[in-house]
Amino acid sequence: MSDPPVLSVEDLTVTIGTRRGPARAVAGVDWSVRAGETLALVGESGSGKSMSVLAATGLAPRAARVAGRVHLLGTELTALSPDRRRRMRGRHVGFVFQDPMTSLNPVLTVGRQIGEAAEEHLGLTRRAARDRAVELLDLVGIPSAAGRVDAYPHQLSGGMRQRVVIAMALVCEPDLLIADEPTTALDVTTQAQIVELVADLQRRLGTAVVWITHDLGVVAGTADAVAVMYGGRIVEQGPVDAVFARPAHPYTVALLAARPEPGAGGGDLATIPGSPPSPLDLPAGCAFWPRCPVRGDARCAHELPPLVPVSVDHHARTFYRPPREDA
Amino acid sequence: MGRFVIRRLLQSGVVLLGVTLVVFLLLQLVPGDPVRVALGTRFDPQTYEALRARAGLDRPLVVQYLSYVGNALTGDLGVSFRSGRPVTSIVLERLPATLSLAVTAVVFATLVAFPLGVLSALRSGSPLDHAARVFSQFGVSVPDFWMGIMFILLFAGVLGWLPPSGYVALTDDPLGWASHVVLPAVTVGLVTASILTRFIRSAVLEVLSEDYVRTAEAKGLRTRVVVLRHVLRNALIPVVTVVAVQLASLLGGVIVIEVLFAWPGVGRLTYDAVQARDYPVLQGAVLLVAALFLLINLLVDVLYARLDPRITVR
Repeated sequence: MSDPPVLSVEDLTVTIGTRRGPARAVAGVDWSVRAGETLALVGESGSGKSMSVLAATGLAPRAARVAGRVHLLGTELTALSPDRRRRMRGRHVGFVFQDPMTSLNPVLTVGRQIGEAAEEHLGLTRRAARDRAVELLDLVGIPSAAGRVDAYPHQLSGGMRQRVVIAMALVCEPDLLIADEPTTALDVTTQAQIVELVADLQRRLGTAVVWITHDLGVVAGTADAVAVMYGGRIVEQGPVDAVFARPAHPYTVALLAARPEPGAGGGDLATIPGSPPSPLDLPAGCAFWPRCPVRGDARCAHELPPLVPVSVDHHARTFYRPPREDA
Repeated sequence: MGRFVIRRLLQSGVVLLGVTLVVFLLLQLVPGDPVRVALGTRFDPQTYEALRARAGLDRPLVVQYLSYVGNALTGDLGVSFRSGRPVTSIVLERLPATLSLAVTAVVFATLVAFPLGVLSALRSGSPLDHAARVFSQFGVSVPDFWMGIMFILLFAGVLGWLPPSGYVALTDDPLGWASHVVLPAVTVGLVTASILTRFIRSAVLEVLSEDYVRTAEAKGLRTRVVVLRHVLRNALIPVVTVVAVQLASLLGGVIVIEVLFAWPGVGRLTYDAVQARDYPVLQGAVLLVAALFLLINLLVDVLYARLDPRITVR
């Protein structure tokens, strides 16, 4: 079965005007996600992973110029008026942001914040929206939901707040859930609960999920497909199993090597020396070249490697060809 | 809430006591002898001593202070050196003039500053924003007495639309009051409006960059809902304080403006009392201003708890 993707992004470019010139935050990115599927966008801070999603859904900052094609449920979003794009987004896309403390409005009750999107997009009355909020709080596993619906965010714990944010994102039964590092601000036990909650809701509701993260552990456990971003470009993408088993790009290899291994003892973690490139001043060739431990090809420094297939559905943007273990 | 208010009122009493002490001691440092000023050219040693004794000025300072505070507790702030009338009624009868001027000025300032500050933040970098910033820069830099004089020259002199100065009580003749209050209120209000515009602009800009505003946009809410429900509700909490502080400071009397427009308020009273070395009246005026300040601060704290659910008063 080949459903059309819920959200697809083609050749998306985001340029942000700054005092020091234009910064290319996202430079020609393609990805898509189907119903019930989880796509993980992985990368360091500033790699363009969040910006590509925000820009695709019309939430890029005002200073950003967005080019490319974005289809949500078959509708070309970039061609829509801002008002129609707003309605598409609210009705069909739910967002869970990084820090539940700052992403909730401190002076409104959680019930109101969950319900207001249902008032706007489903035409619910304020009272019906409040009832819906109670249902949602129950769905995301908040005990005695009816008693919590009139609470303010500061009266809840961090984990509870993130559950509220998830309830808020799901209130209109969206086709797509965008989770932008939703566990970063939480403690480890709560992180695991939130990851499990989203996976469970996804199974029950059949929602497509784009999970933006730098935590490869989360990716391995929950995602179907992964796209690794570096310097505003996708450097490797494919099914999670394939990418984790046979990473082709030296950056992916280094990322996977930098994961802490359970039971590996207290040695130092592997790191990638250097820092990501500035979007104001991207290298001419491969963006990872200055930090690359391999530099396997003379073209790396001044020629942008194309995204080439490694195996079925698995692509990498590198001239380097790792020796095949099974050959 | 009730206990909070009672505790704050008791605290305010202590603060007021401190105010009386400071004012009392400061007046001792002021050069010039009130009895000499009162006698003027009719000075002779016997009358002088008699007057000093009648005003209690021959007693030791501590005794003077304690009897002042003791009387103040019963509402007796002494009698004016100049007119011999009770200070309490002199001060209170000036209050309506100052109150009506201050409230009108603050209402005017808020009506100007609110839309200007909000729009200027929502369209930051636009021509409107630049105009608003020039306006507030102008308002805070130009001396209010000069602006007042210009207004008098233009609206009372050249155009003849409004009376140049004077006061009519609101209760006697509302229209007459209105025509007299416009110029001084606008003069004072423009300064306040400039301060408020700047403050509202930066408060709104700050909230616009908050994560929860992005959340509200992500939900696909209309811009109007995002602005009214999410941005303004948060941005206006600190604005309440600034408005209240402005009002409180205007209630203290805008001395220069009240003198300029012959507005018989507390500011004018303070000015005259200083001129005449009328210490009891001066003390009374300062005490009244301090009490109003404390009262307004208390109201702001109570209001805060209503506006911001994170704050509870106990």
